[in-house]
Amino acid sequence: MEATQGTQTQKQATGIGAYLVRHLREYGLLFALIAVMAFFQIITDGTLLRPVNVTNLLLQNSYIVIMALGMLIVIVSGHIDLSVGSVMGFIGALSAVLIIELDLPVYLAMAVCIAAGALIGAAQGYWVAYWGIPSFIVTLAGMLVFRGASLWLLEGQSLGPFPREFQVIANGFVADPFPAAIGEALAGLFGVARVNVLALMTGVGASVIIVWLELKKRAQNQFYGMQVEPAAFFWGRLAIVAVALIFILFKLATFRGLPNVLLTMGVLTLIYAFFTERTVTGRRIYALGGNVKAAKLSGVKTERLTFLAFVNMGVLAAIAGMVFAARLNSATPKAGFALELDVIAAVFIGGASMSGGVGKIIGAVVGAFLMGVLNNGMSIMGIGIDYQQVIKGLVLLAAVIFDVYNKSKRT
Amino acid sequence: MSVLLEMRGITKEFPGVKALDRVNLTVSEGEILALVGENGAGKSTLMKVLSGVYPAGTYDGEIHYDSQLADFAGITDSEALGIIIIHQELALVPLLSIAENIFLGNECARAGVINFREMERRTVGLLEKVGLSEAPGTLIDSLGVGKQQLVEIAKALSKDVRLLILDEPTAALSETDSQALLDLMLELKEQGVTQIIISHKLNEVRRVADKIVVLRDGATVSAMDAGEEDISEHRIVRDMVGRDMAQRYPARERRAGDLLMEVDGWNVFHPLYPDRQVIHDVSLSVRAGEVVGIAGLMGAGRTEFAMSLFGRSYGQRISGSVSMHGQPVDVSTISRAIDAGLAYVTEDRKALGLVLDETIERNITLSNLPEVARGQILNEAEETRVAEDYRRALNIRTPSVFQHVVNLSGGNQQKVVLSKWLFAKPEVLILDEPTRGIDVGAKFEIYGIINDLSEQGKGVIVISSEMPELLGICDRIYVMNEGAFVGELAAAEASQERIMSLIVTH
Repeated sequence: MEATQGTQTQKQATGIGAYLVRHLREYGLLFALIAVMAFFQIITDGTLLRPVNVTNLLLQNSYIVIMALGMLIVIVSGHIDLSVGSVMGFIGALSAVLIIELDLPVYLAMAVCIAAGALIGAAQGYWVAYWGIPSFIVTLAGMLVFRGASLWLLEGQSLGPFPREFQVIANGFVADPFPAAIGEALAGLFGVARVNVLALMTGVGASVIIVWLELKKRAQNQFYGMQVEPAAFFWGRLAIVAVALIFILFKLATFRGLPNVLLTMGVLTLIYAFFTERTVTGRRIYALGGNVKAAKLSGVKTERLTFLAFVNMGVLAAIAGMVFAARLNSATPKAGFALELDVIAAVFIGGASMSGGVGKIIGAVVGAFLMGVLNNGMSIMGIGIDYQQVIKGLVLLAAVIFDVYNKSKRT
Repeated sequence: MSVLLEMRGITKEFPGVKALDRVNLTVSEGEILALVGENGAGKSTLMKVLSGVYPAGTYDGEIHYDSQLADFAGITDSEALGIIIIHQELALVPLLSIAENIFLGNECARAGVINFREMERRTVGLLEKVGLSEAPGTLIDSLGVGKQQLVEIAKALSKDVRLLILDEPTAALSETDSQALLDLMLELKEQGVTQIIISHKLNEVRRVADKIVVLRDGATVSAMDAGEEDISEHRIVRDMVGRDMAQRYPARERRAGDLLMEVDGWNVFHPLYPDRQVIHDVSLSVRAGEVVGIAGLMGAGRTEFAMSLFGRSYGQRISGSVSMHGQPVDVSTISRAIDAGLAYVTEDRKALGLVLDETIERNITLSNLPEVARGQILNEAEETRVAEDYRRALNIRTPSVFQHVVNLSGGNQQKVVLSKWLFAKPEVLILDEPTRGIDVGAKFEIYGIINDLSEQGKGVIVISSEMPELLGICDRIYVMNEGAFVGELAAAEASQERIMSLIVTH
């Protein structure tokens, strides 16, 4: 029986079509994002991919992406965090009180906010990890508590504006270190008003690094006799990713350059992707989510890891809270309202499993942008918020149905 | 006797696999037929075809039931004709009562309102038939597996069963419960219920079956009539594995080196009831290269003892001392126990041993990730190399170590769990029911692995409910009953009778 199963798998792998079918989920998400972008690009007469809108798109979704990184880990470990929207709002409020009312130095205030986020995560994670109280309940309570706490902190009022040095974490752009002459020369070459060389270089550099890493991985996999994707797919996928990256960063380059937030988001995404896929602790989190009892009996300190997953979530919610407040240039009691649902939706659209143990950082990030592009595109088209909600809901449902269907077909 | 069921030329294909290849099966009214074969031989698939789980049209061949051509579109069709399957994993709702479970989906109700009195009255009658003395209102949750099995049978009887199919009914049962179940099968036969039993346990099969059909690789290999032929276990095993297995247990040289591990005065209390002592003053020793068995009935406390020893993963108020090479060691948490050189291979590999939705590779390295990492950073190439080594060494049958373990057969899953613990480089391995639910061929391989471990000078403690297995592979056997060791026998002086008598006289 085992032997026949083996030949069966190998047989399936030979056809390119068959390969696509088996890896539909991974490619599907990428294609879905591209298709949605192409659709809105056409329907909005090119507004979607205008440099200013691309920049906006990144800024608008930055805090969702940042929180999705932490949420992915929480969900992979088999839990959920409903409190992140409230915590984000609370930390935004806290930063406003510290900086505007108490006149604390910005960097000190930021450190305090991150510590507060960690503490909030710890307070919730403690009950989940060491007392076995369902995370749904604990964080539902947290959601109410911190929603109330932000109202209390702000006394129901908006608080702003922030000093310039705080605003830049969301609205600032990285200064272009290259001589202006190069930028002007490139601008002339491409026939645009200006080109931020750093942004363009980042796009090219990132593409080169991705291609190099993928090649290395592919060579290694081949060396160990692992099944690799067909060459056509490999190059096709890399080409799409590289072109898309350069394209997006070129758009940014012709506007104001590299947003600070993109840098934060990009660096965090890389760190978390590496952490989840290549480190001992990351691997143990997947095992814990896949089968907590088996992981525990294998010597994994499951309680501590669960606890840390929530602490980490708190820290990222704090960072997101500051980005959000800085972007609006004020803290409002409404900030982060219902945002946890967008974050959770992004993670599930990205292919994570409700029961834990499955999910990827890159999936969550792409999922977040898919939602972001839908929001943005529909807003440009002037579709009402009512329809937007309905459509987003259906997209989430479709993604999960697709997952379940795919899985049932395989077994 | 007239023929109740005839399956002719049943062929069932899955993409790329022929699960059943022109299987013929004839069951006469009122007999018990035993279906035996290795895991993956096609027994369960055949029963799924019969019960309509795979509807007519998805397989080739014909089913004649009660002289009628039967083409079931689903399980309701087959149940309507009195064909009922009791699956290995029981399908009872734990928090409903016995009566509610028996009539689940078939409630005694008028206009949707349940008549509980009528339901309980009928339940009492059914429970009497299966010999279960429990109140109909008892929650399933509070019953042991043996009694739950009886409730399943009562449920089948409530549906006017004519052909009862039992899939590995005794796999999770203790010796006494198994015997009671087999007696019940014989009694039901008297009442005219035709039965098919799927089992790995040949002694049970021989006890109840009128006819034995052996399946191998999706085809019928032999059909033996218990009344006429002299059926030896030897012959059945040979038909099952397709080769003459001269010995069920590989030969080994008994060797015992220096004292390796010693447990002294081990006491454990129940995790929920701090007053209830589960393990009483247990002391045990293992020498290097020695295979030590722990015999006992289900519920004797063997698993509880092993798990409490392994990082206190069971129980509370644990006292007693553990030493390795004469030095006291700390086994108070699982990671400390692992560091001390202990490994525990669980009896429940799916729930406690494996991350089913992960690859073979990732399961194998889980207990010792730092070994394939530099600091925090994993070396994936090294990880693959390690997994490949174990795949080859333990003969895990899989196209690659990147297969998810959920797709493997029981025997291969067990080898993955063993690999995981071998990779943790332990000195003493506790194997809890290492061959439960796996087929004869894989069992033989597991015994071979145990021998290899002993040759490498490791200490092995084997917990098993199958006494012949312990007698076949151990150097020394402790007998456990009601949480205490009641005897210790050297392999030469041990026998099933002596073990049993130690249990019953204490």
